[in-house]
Amino acid sequence: MGKTTTAASLAMGLAQKGKRTVVIDFDVGLRNLDLIMGCERRVVYDFINVINNEANLGQALIRDKRCDLLYVLPASQTRDKDALTKEGVARVLEELAASYDFVICDSPAGIEHGATMAMYFADDAVVVTNPEVSSVRDSDRMLGILSSRSRRAELSEEPIREFLLLTRYDAGRVQNGEMLSVDDVQEILALKLLGIIPESKAVLTASNSGTPVILDRESDAGQAYSDMVARYLGDEVPHRFLHAEKKGFLSRLFGG
Amino acid sequence: MGLLDYFRATQPPGSATVAKERLQILVAHDRAAARGCPSYLPQLQTEILAVIRKYIDVDMNSVTVNYEQGESHEVLELNIILPDSPSSR
Repeated sequence: MGKTTTAASLAMGLAQKGKRTVVIDFDVGLRNLDLIMGCERRVVYDFINVINNEANLGQALIRDKRCDLLYVLPASQTRDKDALTKEGVARVLEELAASYDFVICDSPAGIEHGATMAMYFADDAVVVTNPEVSSVRDSDRMLGILSSRSRRAELSEEPIREFLLLTRYDAGRVQNGEMLSVDDVQEILALKLLGIIPESKAVLTASNSGTPVILDRESDAGQAYSDMVARYLGDEVPHRFLHAEKKGFLSRLFGG
Repeated sequence: MGLLDYFRATQPPGSATVAKERLQILVAHDRAAARGCPSYLPQLQTEILAVIRKYIDVDMNSVTVNYEQGESHEVLELNIILPDSPSSR
């Protein structure tokens, strides 16, 4: 939950910090990143076209209208996910690496082909987890795959740097003991914590209008994503949104 | 939280505690499976027991086989509990 939202906001955040950034949708067949980025009506060629040499990167990349340094490479909606060949993905990523600072790969859910391709060539991985049992368990399994089946693992190179991003965090429910806390999750996954994104109405509002939520600077989720980008680039930013707003005596007394 | 809860001294433990306990067990189990204990382990245990039982009268449950994997080594641990007065056949 939150992978595409995160990919969109991370890419936008990096681009706004002056980094040349491409964000690629690896969810072949479903194709949602362009919707979240708000460029769905500008898609002409896609990732699979580039892999099959039916279009070149310049034709397929969509430049973001809000930020000059950000480009989107959409997924194909019609093709089979097996069209993502390892050689093809490698060639495209290599070409992008030559002229961009960051290439963000938005992985589909699960551990099938699309997800394997999205993580195989990675240098860094951001594991997006909800404070929920099935999500934490899946993340742990994904970490196992990252450390055993990536290119870096196969070539015995330095392992992928792994980060944790906890999304849909409800500090109030954590305080009431109804939701796993960030410490609970960290006790199990033990990763470098890149950020905590609070459960927020702003996320839906942003995706409704095709705007990465990081651009909603007034919102808690937008600010949390900005903090996350700063931390990823090496800044020390204290974690926010860990505690519920304090309720007054009367509201506590009468519930609510 | 209503009026009565406010005066109650302790809150019952929430479902998050249950979630965490379940997760810890589940994840430990997943990791052991992923680390790839060799699949021949149960058969190995049966055969070793059969060989030992040819010579010593040991109980079916007195042989344990353990497999551990470190960073650069693997340990196959055999633990056989011999009876107090070994009776040779």
